[in-house]
Amino acid sequence: MRKIGVFVCHCGTNIAATVDVKAVAEALGHEPGVVVSCEYQYMCSESGQELIKDSIKKHGLTGVVICSCSPRMHENTFRKAAASAGLNPYLVEIANIREQCSWIHKDIASATEKAIILGKAAVAKIHLNTPLTAGESPVAKKALVIGGGIAGIQTALDIAEAGFEVDIVEKKPTIGGKMAQLDKTFPTLDCAACILTPKMVECAQNEKIHIYSYSEVTEVKGFVGSFNVTIKKKARFVDETKCTGCGLCTEKCPMKKVPNEFNMGFDNRSAVYIPFAQAVPKVAVIDPANCMMLKTGKCGVCSKVCTVGAIDYKQQDTYINETYGAIVVATGYDPIDLGKYDEFAYSQSPDVITSLELERLMNAAGPDGGTLLRPSDKKHPHTIVFVQCVGSRCDDSRGKPYCSKICCMYTAKHAMLIREKYPDTDVYVFYIDVRTPGKNFDEFYRRAVEQYNVHYIKGMVGKVEPKADGKLSVQASDLISREQLHIDADLVVLAAAIEPDKTARPLATMLTTQMDTNDFFTEAHPKLRPVESATAGIFLSGACQGPKDIPETVAQASAAASKAIGLLCKNSITCNPCVAHSDELMCNGCSSCEKVCPYGAITYINKEFTMPDRTVALRRVASVNPAVCQGCGACTVACPSGAMDLNGFSNSQIMAEVDAICK
Amino acid sequence: MQVNQKEFEPVIAAFCCNWCSYAGADLSGTNRLSYPSNVKIIRVPCSCRVNPMFILRAFQRGADGVIICGCHPGDCHYTSGNYFTRRRMTLLFSMLDYLGIERDRTRVEWVSAAEGAKFAATMNDFTETVRKLGPNRRLEDLRCRKQ
Repeated sequence: MRKIGVFVCHCGTNIAATVDVKAVAEALGHEPGVVVSCEYQYMCSESGQELIKDSIKKHGLTGVVICSCSPRMHENTFRKAAASAGLNPYLVEIANIREQCSWIHKDIASATEKAIILGKAAVAKIHLNTPLTAGESPVAKKALVIGGGIAGIQTALDIAEAGFEVDIVEKKPTIGGKMAQLDKTFPTLDCAACILTPKMVECAQNEKIHIYSYSEVTEVKGFVGSFNVTIKKKARFVDETKCTGCGLCTEKCPMKKVPNEFNMGFDNRSAVYIPFAQAVPKVAVIDPANCMMLKTGKCGVCSKVCTVGAIDYKQQDTYINETYGAIVVATGYDPIDLGKYDEFAYSQSPDVITSLELERLMNAAGPDGGTLLRPSDKKHPHTIVFVQCVGSRCDDSRGKPYCSKICCMYTAKHAMLIREKYPDTDVYVFYIDVRTPGKNFDEFYRRAVEQYNVHYIKGMVGKVEPKADGKLSVQASDLISREQLHIDADLVVLAAAIEPDKTARPLATMLTTQMDTNDFFTEAHPKLRPVESATAGIFLSGACQGPKDIPETVAQASAAASKAIGLLCKNSITCNPCVAHSDELMCNGCSSCEKVCPYGAITYINKEFTMPDRTVALRRVASVNPAVCQGCGACTVACPSGAMDLNGFSNSQIMAEVDAICK
Repeated sequence: MQVNQKEFEPVIAAFCCNWCSYAGADLSGTNRLSYPSNVKIIRVPCSCRVNPMFILRAFQRGADGVIICGCHPGDCHYTSGNYFTRRRMTLLFSMLDYLGIERDRTRVEWVSAAEGAKFAATMNDFTETVRKLGPNRRLEDLRCRKQ
């Protein structure tokens, strides 16, 4: 028989105001095995913990039940207290009588009755608890950063700075991400490339950092401390070790009519190309969809002109296997596809553009060398209309329910830059709300209105129609003056909502991390653990977790790096002991458990058993790898013979709780 | 036997997964959103840990309603656990239906850690539904009844 101690917490008046704690302690004191039952004002306080520790020693307790707040709050606190008094920490159970009792019920009698039942269930369960020992597993001293935008770059640099090796996997041929495409950054108006490219170069030069550009993660196995990752290096048809980035091949390539993705399709590139002048690694890549040699076998100009013989038309995709202790996700964002927003004529007129496209048009390294010209006739636009919240804060299925956060500020920036460079331009901004909660953000927005005379109009644009004379007819409502407005614009700029990168969802499945309904990665705790995912060893950096501007992204990237460094510093980590185990005598080797295990933690082994006739036979039985098992319990229910059970949540423990509750 | 509907207080067992629904239940507590004290929560790591046997046992021991709450499809902490729950429970509920157990005595709901209000609303609704159905007689083992 267990010797059980019951400790009922008042939580000040949080519990004691609605639950008669004395009655609870009294009632639970009569439960079988309970040798001590008491109440105290704050069990989690130093003196409350001392009370528990003293009772464990004095009464030789072999089980502790604490009736208090949610186990999500203080389970670890009480486990540690028990362990320090020499009791196995897994011989502690918590009855949640605050969040799930005193806080939701007003009637003292029924709340007390419920608290007693919850306590009884915990006592019934603790009779069946077994001491568990957490195992240890080693930590590989290397991190993987998925995504090479500013978030991934900052995270990688910080981890490398701490002395650990980092690999960056970037799907594009160069790192840099969206920030490389931007012109100026708010609210300081410094040039994005000037602050980003030195960091890109630093990544390339840091001997602790290895960049896998033009690569993708295709498989992730393992667990915290030892993730086994397969990286697919896509064939770029150029030998990275030989190419010097001289660009001769791109000049001589006869196929020059490929829309340039980096400039949002405003100009063309060749089939063999370097994405932009400051690309890292500065290595050419052949686009197989447009290369004449790869398509028809006739050309080979780039191979002839390359002085170092780097061109290799026969290059194949290669797969690399690496083990990492920690993974940081930094997959970033993309603007949404505006194809569904017909009312803004985005697909009908080349002069209706997105804000990211405007960044390229205004960029000194852009298609027009930084002179703002209309894409259709290359004339200077005199009237520009900005439309905010295109697809953001949207109730219907076309858009996103959330605020994209960065649009208010970059639109103020665009408006200001245009007014400064071309004072003869009229700039209108149609908005629902202007949201500027950031350091120096509101001052920046007010400058746009007050100093630069940007016309901010509260209201939505209803329709944009291309007219015969090349103008765009913009119909909108002004919600403050309650007037219908009609503006003939030369250029319309849509602040498209941002959404997580398309690769994020399949990646989340590979990493077994959670995502919200919008495909943003979910953090372990929205306030207290903002850069960790709920899956141990996987950290979140940048806009993959939610819309963010550059300063926030960099802050989160450094935070994610510090969390990863904290993990990599350890030589080994303790595993969760609440894992499945199989009773080999009961197991009939049917493979049902193996099929449902999301982690591949179950393997089958042939084991020798002495049969009733004393012969020895080999039987196929399930074996759980406790380091891989995460303790979901899917296998325990799938097992037809009842051989599989889960530590901490065993069949008999849950049955005992059910009995206690239903009696 | 005549049952006085006014005095009948249903016994309801709620299985909540640790990552979403249990946290959702905690959130409804933090927000002081009330639901009847008839509901008693059993914490499980994942909704897929709920063996159909637990539900049968609950009914045998005198539960009048059993509800299983898990993460929304696609949001399972363990990737796929709630899909198993959905299938298993569909099968179990159709068997219970065959046995003559009212379909409304059992329910599967997806409640995320952020949906405290949904948790409370679900429990209010479920308790009222079960209250209207009256005591579970068909599966209760009278030998288990409290004296």
